[in-house]
Amino acid sequence: MHAHGRMLNAILIAAVVALAAFPLAGSTFYTQLITKIMIMAIFAMSLDLLVGYTGLVSFGHAAFFGLAGYALALMVPKYEAASLWWTLPAAMAACAAFALVTGALVLRTRGIFFIMVTLAFAQMLFFVFHDTKFGGGSDGIYIYNKPHLKLGETALLDLEKLDHFYYLVLVLLVAVYLVLRRILGSTFGHALVGIKVNEHRMRALGFPAFRYKLAAYVISGALAGMSGYLAAVQFGFVNPEIISWHQSGAVLMMVILGGMGTLYGPAIGAFAFVMMQELFSNQAWFGAYAKHWQLAMGVTIILVALYLPQGLSGLLQKFGRRKEAAEAEHD
Amino acid sequence: MTEAILSTVDLTRRFGGLVAVSKVSVDLRVGEVHAVIGPNGAGKTTLTNLLSGDLAPTSGEIRYAGADLAGLPSHRISRMGIGRSYQKTNIFLPFSVFENCRLAAQSRTPHAWRAFSRAPGFRDINRQAEAAMEAAGLARRRDRVAATLSHGEQRQLEIAMCLATSPRVLLLDEPLAGMGPHESQRMVELIKQLSEGHAIMLIEHDMDAVFAVAHRLTVMVNGEVIESGTPAEVRNSPAVQLAYLGGEDNLHG
Ligand SMILES: Nc1ncnc2c1ncn2[C@@H]1O[C@H](COP(=O)(O)OP(=O)(O)OP(=O)(O)O)[C@@H](O)[C@H]1O
Ligand SMILES: [Mg+2]
Repeated sequence: MHAHGRMLNAILIAAVVALAAFPLAGSTFYTQLITKIMIMAIFAMSLDLLVGYTGLVSFGHAAFFGLAGYALALMVPKYEAASLWWTLPAAMAACAAFALVTGALVLRTRGIFFIMVTLAFAQMLFFVFHDTKFGGGSDGIYIYNKPHLKLGETALLDLEKLDHFYYLVLVLLVAVYLVLRRILGSTFGHALVGIKVNEHRMRALGFPAFRYKLAAYVISGALAGMSGYLAAVQFGFVNPEIISWHQSGAVLMMVILGGMGTLYGPAIGAFAFVMMQELFSNQAWFGAYAKHWQLAMGVTIILVALYLPQGLSGLLQKFGRRKEAAEAEHD
Repeated sequence: MTEAILSTVDLTRRFGGLVAVSKVSVDLRVGEVHAVIGPNGAGKTTLTNLLSGDLAPTSGEIRYAGADLAGLPSHRISRMGIGRSYQKTNIFLPFSVFENCRLAAQSRTPHAWRAFSRAPGFRDINRQAEAAMEAAGLARRRDRVAATLSHGEQRQLEIAMCLATSPRVLLLDEPLAGMGPHESQRMVELIKQLSEGHAIMLIEHDMDAVFAVAHRLTVMVNGEVIESGTPAEVRNSPAVQLAYLGGEDNLHG
């Protein structure tokens, strides 16, 4: 167990080092692609807090992602840049507030009903932005100026520069991972897993399960908001598609593909998902079939579900255990 | 006689047309083991569920420390010092024995909400969990995953978790069911010890155990109390003899 934990840490640190070095070598295209993947990794980890640790299968997580994007778009003045210092916290706070209100309702339902009600809330938000003027309708809103990040008068980063933005996202990805890991190792985190395993017994032991779940829902919503904010910054526009159920489904697939309940698994899942999307839709390789990339994607996900119930991170764990066993033999 | 810490007044629970618990009045006192016996389907577990808040009563009162508990959610009742064990083992199967007890102990602390302090770092919680494992005879199994325990050991864990919440009132629903003779003996001793500072309601089919520890007995049949009193009174009650028709040797062990 400890040997396994150490090895995992070593692998994760190596991955972060590799990510930090990447923009030095990678092309513009790939730097942008990896940025997008890291943003989706934050999104997927935030969902893992609900699905993998608290046992809440949300099918409406894109609501937070999209809400934060729209929050940014509506906050930036048309002809100047806004400060990241307050727009990011404000976007996340909007998501936390939305999570608090909707969570108080959805968390009264269970199982399939929870899935349906989370989806329903996301769909409602979709139509709010799709059908109203202030959300720009189906065209959405352009964000002409990326937020600035200044300390006093000096600019810390210039987010118009791809690599600056890349490093901002990398730092936030690592920070979100560490914060979530810390939360999950705490008494609060242990209680969440207890609720996932046996909520009835948790309540009988004196835990107000509803409040714990609501707290997890709010944290998860705020972190999903961070990823949605970053995505809006990266692409420079928002439209209702970012709230659609496709988006909620995609992030759920990343979590399952990577292995829920591991945090790093969903990050791997985000990587695999986006890369597969790129690969299967590559015309040079798949020619006419590239149009049907969703088909290849579907088949891959079915295979993973069948043969890797713990997702891609399950492979890593299997490898870790084998190595541990080999080490034990040596001792 | 000391005053009752928990008492019910005409407690009733219906399931549709079925009255599972019908106008039941029982008293629990600190220092006493109050055994509730009766044939299958008598309503014993339903009574426990009403006292623990797992079910809300249809009517009647549950008085505890000056409050009426009827209708309160189970987590509030638990935090007021009423702990229970389940007849059907209800534990965290994927967790270690220690983590099962640690979670139970954690529920008592004001720190339960701290999202940034590592869970295994709370010394008082850990000590409480260790003590509960020790008392229930599970210290040797500390790091075993609960799912891999024998049935009897899972029953012990059920009790250990209840103890780890340091309750004043213990509601034990057939704690001996499924335990081997050795563990049963140990559990009977434990219940005797615990009765010193606790009020205990014991539901049990093993009459030897019941008569070994009970200070007071209530007999339920079809949701109703047909007799309540000291062990001697109940043993000699014609109504009980009748209800246990042919099962007389049950009562005499
Ligand atoms: N949730 C429920 N819904 C409907 N009926 C129930 C429910 N729980 C219990 N009952 C019924 O209530 C009656 C009392 O059941 P209960 O489990 O309280 O009996 P018991 O005395 O604990 O029996 P045993 O000795 O077998 O454990 C039974 O007829 C049972 O079928
Ligand atoms: Mg029963």
